[in-house]
Amino acid sequence: MDILVCVKRVPDTAENEIEVNSDGTDIERDDLVYSVNEWDNYAVEEALQIRDKVGGSVTVISVGDEESEEVLRREMAMGADGGILLSDDAFEGSDGRGVAAILKAAAEQGNYDLILTGAMADDGAAQVGGMLAAMLDRPFASLVNHIEVVDDGKLKVGREIEGGNQEMNEIDLPCVLSIQTGINEPRYVGIRGIRKVASLEIPVRGAGDLGIDPSSVGAAGAKVKRLEYFVPDLGEGAEILEGSTEEVIEKLIEILKAQGGIK
Amino acid sequence: MAEIFVYIPHKDGVADDAALEMVAAARKIDADAPLTALVVGEGTDLEKVCEQAAGACAKVWKVSGEAFAYPNAEVIRKMLVNILPEKAVVLVAHDTFGMDLSPGLSVKLDVPFLSDVVDIEALEGSTLKIVRQEYGGAVSTRVACDIGDGVVINVRPGAFKAEDAAGAAGEVVDKSAEAGDLSCGRRFLEVVEAEVGDVDITKADVLVSIGRGIEDEENIEIAEELAEAMGAVVSCSRPIVDAKWMEKSRQVGTSGQTVKPKVYMALGISGSFQHLGGLKGSPFIIAVNKNPKAPIFQVADVGVVDDILEFVPELTEKIQEM
Repeated sequence: MDILVCVKRVPDTAENEIEVNSDGTDIERDDLVYSVNEWDNYAVEEALQIRDKVGGSVTVISVGDEESEEVLRREMAMGADGGILLSDDAFEGSDGRGVAAILKAAAEQGNYDLILTGAMADDGAAQVGGMLAAMLDRPFASLVNHIEVVDDGKLKVGREIEGGNQEMNEIDLPCVLSIQTGINEPRYVGIRGIRKVASLEIPVRGAGDLGIDPSSVGAAGAKVKRLEYFVPDLGEGAEILEGSTEEVIEKLIEILKAQGGIK
Repeated sequence: MAEIFVYIPHKDGVADDAALEMVAAARKIDADAPLTALVVGEGTDLEKVCEQAAGACAKVWKVSGEAFAYPNAEVIRKMLVNILPEKAVVLVAHDTFGMDLSPGLSVKLDVPFLSDVVDIEALEGSTLKIVRQEYGGAVSTRVACDIGDGVVINVRPGAFKAEDAAGAAGEVVDKSAEAGDLSCGRRFLEVVEAEVGDVDITKADVLVSIGRGIEDEENIEIAEELAEAMGAVVSCSRPIVDAKWMEKSRQVGTSGQTVKPKVYMALGISGSFQHLGGLKGSPFIIAVNKNPKAPIFQVADVGVVDDILEFVPELTEKIQEM
C-alpha cells in the first residue's frame, strides 16, 4: 500500500508559552521551539506500521517554508521512505481550503492508496483532511483511532466519538483518514536516526510544478481571514493564591475543607 | 440575507443541548433571517425531535430514511448537497459528527468553512466576523469571512447560551424524497461502547485530575498519594491516556467521561475546551499549573501558579499531618 502522510511544522505548545505579539497580528514567534504537529506524528507512525505489515511505501508531505524540511526529515528518520516539500511564496497565508487544494494537486501527481492527515493542528480547525478527501472525491473518516487492513480494496476503521466510545466503519480504498492521537505509540527518533537521513534529497515543488493558479491559494485566495490575535477573556478567572509555598498550602487546605474537598 | 439552516444533533428522540445553542448563534448572525432546522434520522424518535425543533425554528426540514438510522457523515453530506439551496448558511455542532461532516460539505457546496466558532461578533454587509481559538485555547483570533455565497459554520458546543424555545410553532416539511443518490464508500458497522474501568470517576465527589504537567508515568504516584490523603479519586486529561499511562475510563473530556464532582483539582492540565466539556454541574475548580497563562485559570475558582511536581508532595504532606 502506498501511503501519503500530510504533516505540518507547528510551535510546540508543550515547550512554549504561546503569547500574542505587541500589535496583535500574530503570536510572538521569537524563540519559539517548533516540532511536528502531534497528531501528524501519530499518522506517520500508523502509516509505517501498515507498510511494515502489508508492504508498500510511506511518503511524508508538507506545505510550508524551507524550515518545514526539518520536520519532513524527522519523519523520514522514523522510517518514511521519502518526503516532498510544497513551498512557494504564493502559498503563504493560505486558509484551510488553500492548503487542501495544494495537497490535492500534489496527491494527484502520485498514486496513493491511502492518505493520512492529523485530525487537527495548531489552529484547531480540524479541516484539511475532510476538505482534501472531498476535493479528491474519496471516502473520508475523521478522528480515526484504529485501522485494520481488510484486503486490497478496503479498511476497517474505528473513529473516536463522544463518551470514549468507538464508531466502527468499513471504508473503500483509496481513501483519506484523519488520525486521532493515542492510536499508537510513535517511535522515538534519536539524533543518529536523523543523521542517517540528513543527506537524502527532499524535492521542493511550487505552484508551477503543481499546476496551481497562484491567485487561487495563499493570502490572495483565502476566504477565511484572520484580522487579529488576542488573549481570550472567558470570565473573571481564578483567584490566584499568593505567598510562600507554606502560606499557599495553608490557604488551599482551608478552601478544600470549606468546599468539601477533604474527607 | 440568505436562509440559515441549523443541523440538529439528537439521540434517542431528544435534541442535543447544542441545538438551541446553535439557534442562538444563528440569531446572532442575523436575527431576522429565516431559520430552518435540519432534522435527519429514522423512526418515531425523529418525530419527537422535529417537534422540539419546531419550537425554536420557523421551519423544520425532516429527512427520514433507513440510510440515516446512524449518522454516517459521508451519507448525510451527499444528502445535504442534494437538498440545500444555493447561498445557504449552514450551522453544525463542532462535535465528532460535525468534524466529520463539515469540511467536506463546505468543499462540495463550494463555500467557505468556519471551524469551531466560539463567538459571533457582527455581520457587516456580507462579511461575518467571528471568534475562534488557536493553540488549545491559549490565544483567540478574530476572523472575517464573506458569507454572501453561503458558508458552513461549526459552532463549539457550550460556547453560546441556549435560547429558550420561542414557541415558534414551526412548519415541518418532509424532504426525504429529495435526498437523492446516497451511495458512498464508507459503511457504518457498529458502536463499540467504552470499557468500564476499575473505578467509576463519574460517581466521585472529589477528583484529583492530572495532565501533561505530570511529565512522567512515575510521577503519577504523587497524584495518587494526594488523592488518598484527600479521600479523592484520580482522573486525567487526554495526553495521559494517549501515553498509555492511565486507562481511558479515567479520562475527563468530550472524548472521555463526563464527570460532575463537587471539587475538581486540575494538576498540570492546560484546560482545552475538549477537557472542560467533560466537566458538568459547576464543580469548584482548583488549578495548579506552572504556566500562569494556562487557559484553565480562566475557568478555575482558585489557582496556584507552581510546578505540580514540587507543590503537590508538600500539599499531601500537610494534609496527612492534619
